[in-house]
Amino acid sequence: MDIYLPIAEVSLDIFVLLGLGAAVGFLSGVFGVGGGFLLTPLLIFIGVPPTVAVASSANQLVGASVSGVLAHWRRGNVDFKMGYVLLIGGLVGSLLGVWIFTLLKRLGQIELTISVCYVVLLGTLGALMAIESIRALLRLHRPGAGRRRLHQHNWMHGLPLKARFRRSRLYISALLPIGLGFVVGVFSAILGVGGGFIMVPAMIYMLGMPTAVVPGTSLLQIIFVAANVTVLQAYTNRTVDAVLALVLLVGGVVGARIGSRFGTRLRGEQLRFLLAVMVLAVAAKLAFDMTVRPADLYSIASERG
Amino acid sequence: MSPCPTGPLDKVVCRAFLLVAALLFWGSLAHAEGLVADLTSHLIAITTGFTGASVVLFGATDAPGDVVVVVRGPEREMTVRRKSRIAGVWVNTREVTFVNVPSFYALAASRPLAEIVSPATAALYRLGMANLKLQTETAKPPEVVDAFASALVRTQQHAGLVASSVGKVDFLGERLFRTTIAFPSNVPTGTFLVEVFLVRDKDVVSGQTTPLVVSKVGVDASVFEYASRQPGFYGAIAVVTAVVAGWLASLPFRGA
Repeated sequence: MDIYLPIAEVSLDIFVLLGLGAAVGFLSGVFGVGGGFLLTPLLIFIGVPPTVAVASSANQLVGASVSGVLAHWRRGNVDFKMGYVLLIGGLVGSLLGVWIFTLLKRLGQIELTISVCYVVLLGTLGALMAIESIRALLRLHRPGAGRRRLHQHNWMHGLPLKARFRRSRLYISALLPIGLGFVVGVFSAILGVGGGFIMVPAMIYMLGMPTAVVPGTSLLQIIFVAANVTVLQAYTNRTVDAVLALVLLVGGVVGARIGSRFGTRLRGEQLRFLLAVMVLAVAAKLAFDMTVRPADLYSIASERG
Repeated sequence: MSPCPTGPLDKVVCRAFLLVAALLFWGSLAHAEGLVADLTSHLIAITTGFTGASVVLFGATDAPGDVVVVVRGPEREMTVRRKSRIAGVWVNTREVTFVNVPSFYALAASRPLAEIVSPATAALYRLGMANLKLQTETAKPPEVVDAFASALVRTQQHAGLVASSVGKVDFLGERLFRTTIAFPSNVPTGTFLVEVFLVRDKDVVSGQTTPLVVSKVGVDASVFEYASRQPGFYGAIAVVTAVVAGWLASLPFRGA
């Protein structure tokens, strides 16, 4: 059964969209990341114009993060103070990001920028995660090996504006989460992702937050950043397809429930390794597409008139 | 193929002349009743379940002849970009903007076009892909324009917005004719023009133009309309809808 998407201006099979939402929701349930980094490329692949895919993914993300935060909040795993501080940086970052997006769209380089950003980000993170999880898996087989220190002190702890984050049991400079939020905000706007896949590792390894409060806190700030991106994209580029977002959301909810149940059966290290493999596979595919000669060297940037 | 010379001033003068000639010709056509034609529907409504549509054009001629049907979507400005390889990566490097691209173009004829009209007539009435007369925003060398224009036509053909082949106009007896015009699901919206020409001895002797409106209706129309008129509010509503949907989605988790 086909459904006509009013902003994307194409008809797509509603079951394909529901299935896509469910698959991405499943992954977010298993791994605790938004899954936007998979959703946007997949939407483009099935025929949604790239700019609409980016903006509508952000819209879908708002709903997905709300239900995620509520679930974590009930278990008391959200650091609201940390979330707000991250948000300050995030909102400024997403403003800059949408501005960059509009500029690149006009210059005709937005598709390439989206691909390059994905390859660099996913490649780096995937490699880091793969190395870390393999080490962790190996350590399991050598019991009694050296315990890791909680976190190392380095230059980051010399920064001013120190603040106490009680839930996260941290006393660090507020500039760190603001800076992190800013970077994630920029990428959210350009890539249509919540940045969970950047935010989650950074919160664990850079800020040194306890793993339990990371997903809920990350999702909390993603709600607002994604909402900001959605409104800004709707206003400046008119590329938000609310019908598409809603259909994806319905599929996503079902997928997330199955995914979170499945996730509890796997070990943390195995999960991280699987996620790393998946992230690297997406990065490799995008990198390959950029360097291979396109079937048609010409493309049309359609303008309404 | 253009009947006009390539000098810039000559071209303008020649175009103006052709335009006047065409207008005069059209004036005379209005009186010459060689042809009557109509569509089974003058509105294509794009609803949520829209997967494309077909419209039948039927008509009659006063005496034997050939019929050519041209369907043209509203003209748009389109930019074509070309990629080239920079440091191993394919990057958009050149672009040409065409100002008068028909957003949809389909052609049907009772016999192969070359057999029934002369090249000059085809150019005058813009019959066939070679006679679209695409104009660029800024002056560019003709070989560049040709390469980009053919890429544009090729891409539009691939998207189903420019017909890849000439459709068939079927005659029922000598006077009655009909043809089916198919529109894909990604058909642009706006007012289309359906032109029907009666051709005898390689020349157009009569013609008729019928409008056809392609429009979004129902929920999709409202969504699209609102998104372009009130983009800020639309964005806000999209966010609120997602928040509510997300909240509703989290409800079943409560008991668990």
